[in-house]
Amino acid sequence: VERILEQARKVAEAAEVFLVTAEETPVHFEANRLKHVQTKQSTSVALRIIKEGRLGYATATDVSNAKGLVADAVETARFGTRARFELPPTTPYPPVEIFDPAVETIATAEMTDLGEKLIALVTGHTSDIICEAALEKESISLRIINSRGGQAEYKKSVFSMGIVGTLVRGTDMLFVGEGQSSCHPLTDVGEIAKVVQRQLELARNQAIAPSQTLPVIFTPEGVASALTSPLLAAFNGKTVLEGASPLGQKLGKEVFDSKFSLLDDPTIAYRPYSRPCDDEGVPSQRTPLIEKGVVANFLYDLQTAALANTRSTGSASRGGGLPLPSPSTLVIAPGEVSFEDMVKDIKEGLVIEQLMGAEQGNILGGDFSGNVLLGYKVESGKIVGRVKNTIVSGNVYQLLKEINAIGSQAKWVGGLLNTPAIYCPRLSVASK
Amino acid sequence: MTDIGEVSRRLAEALSKHRADYIEARLEESRRSHISYRGKELESAGQSTAVGGNIRALVKGGWGFVSFNDLTDLNERLERAVAQARLVGKETSQLADVEPVVDTIVNGKDAPLTIPLAEKKQLLDEYNQIIWRTPHLQTSVIAYGDSHKRTIFLNSAGSYIEQPRTDITLRVSAVATDNSEVQQAGFSLGSRGDFDTMRHLHKEVEATARKAAKLLAAPKLKGGEYTVVLDPVLAGVFVHEAFGHLSEADHIYENERLRQIMVLGKKFGGKELNIIDSAAVPGLRGSYRYDDEGVPATKTYLIKEGELVGRLHSRETAARMGERPTGNARAINYRFPPIVRMTNTYIEPVGGSFDDIIADIKEGVYAKNWFGGTTSMEMFTFSAGEAYMIRNGKLAEALRPVVLTGNVFTTLNNIDAIGGDLDMNQGGGCGKGGQYPLPVSNGSPHIRISKCLVGGS
Repeated sequence: VERILEQARKVAEAAEVFLVTAEETPVHFEANRLKHVQTKQSTSVALRIIKEGRLGYATATDVSNAKGLVADAVETARFGTRARFELPPTTPYPPVEIFDPAVETIATAEMTDLGEKLIALVTGHTSDIICEAALEKESISLRIINSRGGQAEYKKSVFSMGIVGTLVRGTDMLFVGEGQSSCHPLTDVGEIAKVVQRQLELARNQAIAPSQTLPVIFTPEGVASALTSPLLAAFNGKTVLEGASPLGQKLGKEVFDSKFSLLDDPTIAYRPYSRPCDDEGVPSQRTPLIEKGVVANFLYDLQTAALANTRSTGSASRGGGLPLPSPSTLVIAPGEVSFEDMVKDIKEGLVIEQLMGAEQGNILGGDFSGNVLLGYKVESGKIVGRVKNTIVSGNVYQLLKEINAIGSQAKWVGGLLNTPAIYCPRLSVASK
Repeated sequence: MTDIGEVSRRLAEALSKHRADYIEARLEESRRSHISYRGKELESAGQSTAVGGNIRALVKGGWGFVSFNDLTDLNERLERAVAQARLVGKETSQLADVEPVVDTIVNGKDAPLTIPLAEKKQLLDEYNQIIWRTPHLQTSVIAYGDSHKRTIFLNSAGSYIEQPRTDITLRVSAVATDNSEVQQAGFSLGSRGDFDTMRHLHKEVEATARKAAKLLAAPKLKGGEYTVVLDPVLAGVFVHEAFGHLSEADHIYENERLRQIMVLGKKFGGKELNIIDSAAVPGLRGSYRYDDEGVPATKTYLIKEGELVGRLHSRETAARMGERPTGNARAINYRFPPIVRMTNTYIEPVGGSFDDIIADIKEGVYAKNWFGGTTSMEMFTFSAGEAYMIRNGKLAEALRPVVLTGNVFTTLNNIDAIGGDLDMNQGGGCGKGGQYPLPVSNGSPHIRISKCLVGGS
């Protein structure tokens, strides 16, 4: 890595080398049985240079080929974007705990045992359900060094466990599921099974949603599948800079219901997306995005921040290309109303757990529309059964402007988001 | 750089000696480049190289799999794959019989690699300038990528297959704003290696930019059931989502109830409905000679005259269902084992013009182009990039983009007109089991679906 940096410095004003190595061990169950055990070793090195003021970029899996990597980066720098930033010098990083050596030492056989127990708990509840389950342990090492002396290095462990069950009756299919992840080993299969069992119970009967505007409760999973994609696009500093974010001109203004607060926080201990610094070596920080309905900040990397005349929020993330602003871990502040009380409040309405296809429309504009893959009908304060053949459509900016209540119990969804349920007064529903 | 040819020769010997029911290895070297624009400025340009491989072992029905970039110590990795398979295996291994193949396919065209980055950029600059001549546009995204990869497949039965693969993709989208309203329009293209398909798109780019600006003034559809006409691009996405995924045998083979639902001979649609998946058609993005288990590509009828007649298989699913292998096991790259995937999936043309198809629709929706699609097997959704009302047999006002949804088991039966204008959409990438975007193509003539549920205000 040092050799790559050294060679790159000879031909460019500034250079940065980013190295990630990872080892993953996923264990897969199909049709209630163990099917696959895998090990994946990977190495990737990325070189970013600034040459004659322009950015050049190249990646490779072969760390020993410094010459090829530098040549590739130099070719792209001929017409790369003008670099508006300086790489960070040596900086202290906040202590963020993300490594637990216990993850590495878990034996594959222990993981397969956990998977078998998890499946047994779900099939024990509903004997004809067919489950797929996956458990995975991963260790990641990351290192960044740059020509201004900046250097960052950390090691992370991740353990995840999830299950999806399919129940087929005639041509009717019901999909249930739950997954959790952490930097610690997860062992509580009962907690995951309980969520699935509850979904199975609520979905036992079928109900029909009328085609009209209805009050809706988004469960934490529902919030993740319907509402977060448009918000992520809108708070991306890049979208703001381009003038394509509906929130771009709204900094400091109350755009959402005052009950709604959203925070980007990469410093929470032992969360899979936490980290001491971002992918450019900028220290991690907590960034409030919405404070009591008011737009508080956007997320920036170095380049976007420089163009927008502001500071990086330590939000650079690399998905194989140059760093881009991206959220780390999102937290929606819990409210005061229990889920049960929200349901009790509804005369006729829906509970949405999972929307399918909601992220396919005009996300930038805040529109979402999706088939209710898992959702329930509420009648006179009670969940009466599962709805099907139902599509809901809305716009997050209209929907979150007026919120009836925010749940008192927050939950991790997909590792990235911690959110309570959100109860909204009206959403357009169409059904067969 | 490590030569994967040499590594494969060493590995071939090791595979033949090992004690597992079956072992295979795939080695891969690839080179890619990308150029992307956001707004007026070039956002990112980069190049990458990768070398890697995997070994997959089958013991008593259980699979072990290791993938790696580091090509040293392959014997240890081989041991590990076999040990993992042993840990899993408790039954008997079943794989459909396939003749071992020794074949080296020479690349006809590696065009994108021989074209300098500067020339690719020049073309994209032209497109970006066109977008920026359009009024009301706020920003744009142009993303170009190409890759060339050489794969060597070998297995314990003596197969040795070397295949090259070149893939090019381009996505153009334009974003228009007005106060806090934001609307977007876009298109995507792909090619199996012919860079010329990326040239001469100036008119399409201009039309896309204009569409985005026009959408700002378009009304939202009222949600509900409509007679819907799909253009070939969107109908291609529809056939992929609404039926293609359900015909992948890995969803079915171990689920007794699904096997009963998906029994061959079951009626899914009208007499005129024929659905095909074929990697054997040359030159499309889903085309290949051999799949990632070394099985020759085939043309598979999934639906013939409205009846289920076939499905897509890996060697294992074919054996377990007692059907013939179809050569549909694909992996997105060396980091993943192959799983059952579609290739080029399409509805066969019947006849009839677009005007005929919409002639007797009093009130309906014409949906074109695509944002995306997804399926749960039973239910599917897909979203149109453009939509228009149809009134009294004629196209009427433009609408905001719409999302359509349906039930696989009823919607195919509601196709009541199939046109003659088959067109293949090469711009798609399919996701399954964490493997995305896999190059596929899909297509159809114009089709009409009665009673289709469409989301709206």
